[in-house]
Amino acid sequence: MNTLTELLSFWQAQAGKLGQQTLQHIGLTAAALVLGVAVGVPLGLLLTRRPRLAPWVLGGAGILQTIPSIALLGFLIPALGIGPGPAILALFLYSLLPIVRNTLAGVQSVDAAVVDAARGLGLTDGQVLRRVELPLALPVLLAGIRTAAVINVGVATLAAYIAAGGLGEFIFGGIALNNPAMILAGAIPAAVLALVFDGLLAGLQRLSGQQRGHAGRALLLALPLLAGLYLLPRATSKLLAGFSPEFVGRSDGLPGLRQRYGLDPASVVLAPALVYEAARAGDVDLIDGYSTDGRIRAYDLRVLRDDRHAFPPYQAVPVVRRQTLAAHPELGPALAHLAGQLSDSVMTELNYRVDYRHETPRAVARSFLRRRRLWCAPQAVTGATIRLGSKIFGEQYILAELYAALIRGYTHLGVETKTGLGGTTICAEALRTGAIDLYPEYTGTGLLVVLQPPAATLDSLGPDPAAVLGYVRREYRRRYQLEWLAPLGFNNTYALLMRRRHAQRLGIGTVSELSAYLAGE
Amino acid sequence: MPTPAPPAIEVCNLTKHYGSHAVVQDVSFALAPGETLVLLGPSGCGKTTLLRMLNRLVEPDAGSVSVNGADVRQQRPEELRRGMGYVIQQVGLLPHYTVAENVAVVPRLLGHAPDRIAARTGELLRRLHLPPEQFAGQYPRQLSGGQQQRVGLARALAADPPIVLLDEPFGALDPLTRASIRREFRELPELRRKTLVLVTHDVTEAFELADRILLLEAGRVQQLGTPRQLLLHPANSFVRRFFAAEQLGLQLRTLRLTDMLAELPPAAEIPDATTFKSEDNTVALTATVQEVLEQLSRLTAAGPAAAGDATVWLEATPPAAREPLTYASLMAAFGRAIQRLSAP
Repeated sequence: MNTLTELLSFWQAQAGKLGQQTLQHIGLTAAALVLGVAVGVPLGLLLTRRPRLAPWVLGGAGILQTIPSIALLGFLIPALGIGPGPAILALFLYSLLPIVRNTLAGVQSVDAAVVDAARGLGLTDGQVLRRVELPLALPVLLAGIRTAAVINVGVATLAAYIAAGGLGEFIFGGIALNNPAMILAGAIPAAVLALVFDGLLAGLQRLSGQQRGHAGRALLLALPLLAGLYLLPRATSKLLAGFSPEFVGRSDGLPGLRQRYGLDPASVVLAPALVYEAARAGDVDLIDGYSTDGRIRAYDLRVLRDDRHAFPPYQAVPVVRRQTLAAHPELGPALAHLAGQLSDSVMTELNYRVDYRHETPRAVARSFLRRRRLWCAPQAVTGATIRLGSKIFGEQYILAELYAALIRGYTHLGVETKTGLGGTTICAEALRTGAIDLYPEYTGTGLLVVLQPPAATLDSLGPDPAAVLGYVRREYRRRYQLEWLAPLGFNNTYALLMRRRHAQRLGIGTVSELSAYLAGE
Repeated sequence: MPTPAPPAIEVCNLTKHYGSHAVVQDVSFALAPGETLVLLGPSGCGKTTLLRMLNRLVEPDAGSVSVNGADVRQQRPEELRRGMGYVIQQVGLLPHYTVAENVAVVPRLLGHAPDRIAARTGELLRRLHLPPEQFAGQYPRQLSGGQQQRVGLARALAADPPIVLLDEPFGALDPLTRASIRREFRELPELRRKTLVLVTHDVTEAFELADRILLLEAGRVQQLGTPRQLLLHPANSFVRRFFAAEQLGLQLRTLRLTDMLAELPPAAEIPDATTFKSEDNTVALTATVQEVLEQLSRLTAAGPAAAGDATVWLEATPPAAREPLTYASLMAAFGRAIQRLSAP
């Protein structure tokens, strides 16, 4: 009930965005279907004339179909970058198999005697195709297009990961924020769209022969028009921003910036893994990121200074179950070895080695510990097993590996790592329920995402790191029996990033300057 | 001096292989306009392939086909086919076309005027006992097998082609429907004038419809001739064996009274014709032995006379009158006539 209310108010608040995303979604699906029909039907017809090619073509299309959609998008990024191009291409590839296969099956299902009689009466090959085979194959062919349409509506949600828009923006934002209402806000219209496409094409299939011919032609006209929806003008500004779904939805992300700086650039949503690449390639000019991300160095990006403190401090701190600390008193001191060891620049360097140089987090963690003379060979395991969690990005993997090495080296406890736990709420939930014993968290995240204190409290804390740490430590203890240990040293806050040269040319060094630039004529 | 009309269809040394398998080997024949040729033979003998080479649905490996004196390869296949009706066993009506639209396919391809097409379609459907007011707007799936085959026939005749090819046109029908459609077919004035090539494996059908029969086995011509030639003077043991099972029935249906005038006993005295003769007990000289037998048995069933006493009179039997026929005298004459006719 609560979710329903939230959902309705979300739709109300985001009506404009919902409409735009729905149109984009229809546009993406229709554009891919147009291509699918334009290529798939002739290809299917070719196969009816050259049946020997059929296993190869159908096999190839079948293999395309088995590639997970997110992976297919991933394959296309190096070749086509991000945006609608690769999204439409991926959807098109998925629509090929059902359309080609059903065209072939439809034509093959036409009674051989009918075709023989038609040829015997003096119809040319083209006339046999147009007047006999295609009309009779149409129901099966339409079933293929229908399948492709429903697949496309579903897969098109993933387009949001590569800045191609669509209803996936809400869905992935909702997943990142663990906000069921937001997920439903995108998922329900997507499901309705799939049902509408399915229903329309099913209605087309039920029509009688002649009506179906007219309706088929109408469809061929309507699809490009629908695809044109995608080309409707969108908001533009001097800079195009590419933000990850979580950043768009989080109160300390884009909403915070909007509030503090009045900053509202034209933006697209894309997968967190792609934002840096998109900025480097120039697909977007402004991105959200983390101030210690290794790619800042690798891609020559500039961190815009948060001069009005929209982003609260995000000191990295291991958060541990108090129960676990009490049961294993040796654990605390082992973890404490890392306290204060990692400055911003050290962490950026470690991240750089993992994110950009593709060294494994384990190797990076080990060489760091060796250099700091903290490395101890693993000891025999005699005690219980500590379950280490981490979120799904490089820095968290490195921290998890560092802690794993320390626990193995300085205690007799076993270590089990559960890395790649989706987002903050998932990690926090896992820690509270005891699915994991500890994971590295950031003070700002704990404050805003987990604790969500009233605005008055937030104001009183201000941008002071110590005050924030004190507050989350106190509240975590009180509410969840969880302990924030000593900070690691670095402050991985959200950051707005631009290509360094671009920022230099525009004379932008701080978020205020960015805001002024965007507002200026 | 008028040049003689070229054969409607002339086939020379036609040969077709599928892989190493020879389907049709060195087949030649010529058909006069208006003649009906039946391609007869067991399943797989190559008769359908031979037929399909006539309208280029199959291209021969060697040999030639000429239609009205012109080699078929000089014409585009579609144009050739539009000038030849084509009927197949499975009918192959276009399921998304109405009956009228199916019949109109070829005239439309030929660009005939719509009102002319409509008139022709209505006329054909009426003649084939498919009243257009009831059937023209129906779809093939709403028709029985016999009705569908009639539509198929109408479709082949719609553009009034001088030649019609038929591939087992009655093969898929039940015996009753088949007999009635075959009768209609035979009596259709449209077809009398046309050159027909008909494929069948049904011997009775072949004898009923053929002017000449081309008997095929393993792609080779075993005999080409009139039904009577094949029956009475088989060219080889295959031909003899092929007709052996139905020999008597075929003979009864093939031999006519005119063929056995020599064996029929002359009348001892001229009877008073007017007293005895009526529609019921008179037969024409062109009647087959089978037909006379049927008439005798009808009389037996109807009248009080014992089987042996039924008699029929011969209509106008110049130069000399003949005794009225009984079962016994008819069969005796038939036996002697067969012996005489099949003598080498």
